[in-house]
Amino acid sequence: MANPMARSFLQAVASEEVASPLRVVQMEGLTVLKIIKHCKEFSPSLVTGQLLGLDVGSVLEVTNCFPFPIREEDEEIEADGANYQLEMMRCLREVNVDNNTVGWYQSTLLGSFQTAELIETFMNYQENIRRCVCIIYDPSKSNQGVLALKALKLSDSFMELYRSNNFTGEKLREKKLAWVDIFEEIPIKVSNSALISAFMTELEPESPVSQCDYDRLNLSTAPYMERNLEFLIECMEDLLSEQNKFQYYYRNLSRQQAQQQAWLQKRRQENVARKAAGEEPLPEEDPSNPIFKPIPEPSRLDSYLITNQVANYCNQINGVAGQSFSRLYLMKALHDN
Amino acid sequence: MASSSTVLQFHPSATIVSARVQPVVLFNICDSYVRRPDQAERVIGTLLGSVSPDGTLDIRNSYVVPHNESADQVALDIDYHHNMFSSHQKVNPKEVIVGWFSTGFGVSGGSALIHEFYSREVQNPVHLTVDTGFRNGEASIKAYVSVSLSLGDKQLAAQFQEIPLDLRMIEAERVGFDLLKTTNVDKLPNDLEGMESSMERLYALIDDVYKYVDGVVEGRITPDNNIGRFIADTLASMPRISPAAFDKLFNDKIQDNLALVYLSSLIRTQLSIAEKLNTAAQIL
Repeated sequence: MANPMARSFLQAVASEEVASPLRVVQMEGLTVLKIIKHCKEFSPSLVTGQLLGLDVGSVLEVTNCFPFPIREEDEEIEADGANYQLEMMRCLREVNVDNNTVGWYQSTLLGSFQTAELIETFMNYQENIRRCVCIIYDPSKSNQGVLALKALKLSDSFMELYRSNNFTGEKLREKKLAWVDIFEEIPIKVSNSALISAFMTELEPESPVSQCDYDRLNLSTAPYMERNLEFLIECMEDLLSEQNKFQYYYRNLSRQQAQQQAWLQKRRQENVARKAAGEEPLPEEDPSNPIFKPIPEPSRLDSYLITNQVANYCNQINGVAGQSFSRLYLMKALHDN
Repeated sequence: MASSSTVLQFHPSATIVSARVQPVVLFNICDSYVRRPDQAERVIGTLLGSVSPDGTLDIRNSYVVPHNESADQVALDIDYHHNMFSSHQKVNPKEVIVGWFSTGFGVSGGSALIHEFYSREVQNPVHLTVDTGFRNGEASIKAYVSVSLSLGDKQLAAQFQEIPLDLRMIEAERVGFDLLKTTNVDKLPNDLEGMESSMERLYALIDDVYKYVDGVVEGRITPDNNIGRFIADTLASMPRISPAAFDKLFNDKIQDNLALVYLSSLIRTQLSIAEKLNTAAQIL
C-alpha cells in the first residue's frame, strides 16, 4: 500500500525537477519606474540593483526591486554592501514584499552590456536561484522616446560550457554554439494593480501629445549615432586583435606540427638504420621534447562577446537610421505641403 | 506689560509652499497598500526627497513603516524607520526625510501623533494623504503642513494646512501612460512601433487643425483668435528654406543615413562570414 504511494511521491518529485522554460518576465509598473529612477539619477555612471519577485511556472514575476549603492573597491565596504542587501531584504519582507531574489538589474551605456562581468554575475546568481534574469535599462535611449528595457538570460548550453570553462573551437563546434546563442532575450510584460490603474486614469487625462512623441519626432540623431559609431570602431579594433591572436595561434600550431613531422621522419630513418645494425628501435614518441608540448588554444569567449557587441551596435545604428528615414520623409512631406 | 501677557498665536512653519510628487512614490504607496497586513486599515510611511530654495518640495522616494493603531494610540516601528532610512542614505545621500504619507481620506486623529514624531526627525514635515478607497468617487491626493497653535510658550494644538500639490508626471510621460495605466501590457513597444503610433497621432492632430481651419473658412465654426494665433505661430516656426536648399539638406541627410545602414549591414555580413570561416578553419 505504502509502496505505490511512495513511488508516486517520488515520481512527483521527479516530475517537479523538469522546470518549464522561462517564457515571459512580468514586471510591475512600480518596478519599471524604480529602475528608471535609479538608473537615470546616476546616469552616466552605471548602477545595479536587485530584483524581487515570484517564479510562477513559465512566468517570472518581478514585483519589486531595490537599488545597490555604488560599488567601491574596498573590502570593508564590500562587506557593508552585503549587510545592506540583507538588511534591505529583511525590511522589505516585514512589509509583505516578495523577498525572493529573481535576478538583478543594471543600467548600460548604448547597450554595451555584453561583458565577461555580466556573465560572471549571472553564473553567481544562477548557482543560488534556479531561475534568474537580468534586466537591462539604457537611460540614453529614453531621450528618443524609447523605453529601452530588456530582460536577458544566458542560454543553457552556454552555461554548461562556461561551467567547464572550455571555449575551444572544437567544443563550440560540437555544441553548435554561435555567438548569437550566448544571450537569450525574454519578452517583458508589464502589469499594474487595479488600484494603480485607477489612480493613473484618474490623475492623467488623456492628452493627445506626450513627451514621448516629441522625443520620438526629434530630428537630431547625430550625437547618438556618432557615439554608437565610436563604440563600434573600438569594438572592431578589439575584434581584430582577438583575430590576430587566433592567427598567431594557428601559425604556431602549424609550425609545431611541421616540426613534429620532421622529428618523426628523422626518428624513423634512425630506427631503420638501427634495425639494419641489429639494435632496438627507439620509441616514436618523446614527451620530454618541447615540440610535443601542446600549445594552449586561446579562449573564444572574448571574441564571441565582442562579436555580440558589434552586432548590437549594428542593430542600433540600423534601427536609428530606419527611424531617421521615416522622420526625414515625414519632414519632407510636411515641407512640401 | 506686553512681555508678561500671553499671546495666543499661530506659528506658521511654512517654508514649504508647494509639493511635487513623483509617480514612483504614488506607485509605491499603492503597492504597499495592496500588500498591507490583514487587519491594518491604512499604511503609513516615510517620504524622502529634497526642498528647493524656492520652497518647492520634491518628493522623490518613499518607504512603508509598519505600525499598530488602536483607538487612541499609534505605535510606529521606529527601529525599522531608522534602518530603512540609513539604507536609503547609502544609495542616495541627497534624499532626506521630508515627511510622511498615509492612505485614507484627509487627516485623522492619530495623524497628529505621527506628525509630532516626524517633526522631531525633520523640521516642517509634510503629510501626504492618498485616498485609496476613492471615498469621494475620485482619487484625492493631498499634502499638508502643520501650523502649531500656541499660547505663549505652551503648545496647544496643531492645525493641518493644505498646500498645493503638483502631480504632473514627467517621468511617467517618458515611459508612456499606456504602459502604466492598464493592468496588463503584453509587449513593450519597440522603436518602430512607437514611431508609428507617434506619427499616427501627429497625423490626427494635423487633420484636426485642417478641419478646424476649413470649418472657420466656411463659416461653420466661430473663429477663436487664440487658436488662430497658435496655428500661425506653429506655421511660422517652420524655417523658410528654398526648395533647392531643402532638397540638398534632405538628400545629404538621407545619404548619411544610407551610408550608416550600409556600413552596419556590411559589418553584420562580415561577422557571419567570419564565424563560418572560423569554425571551418579549425578543421586543420
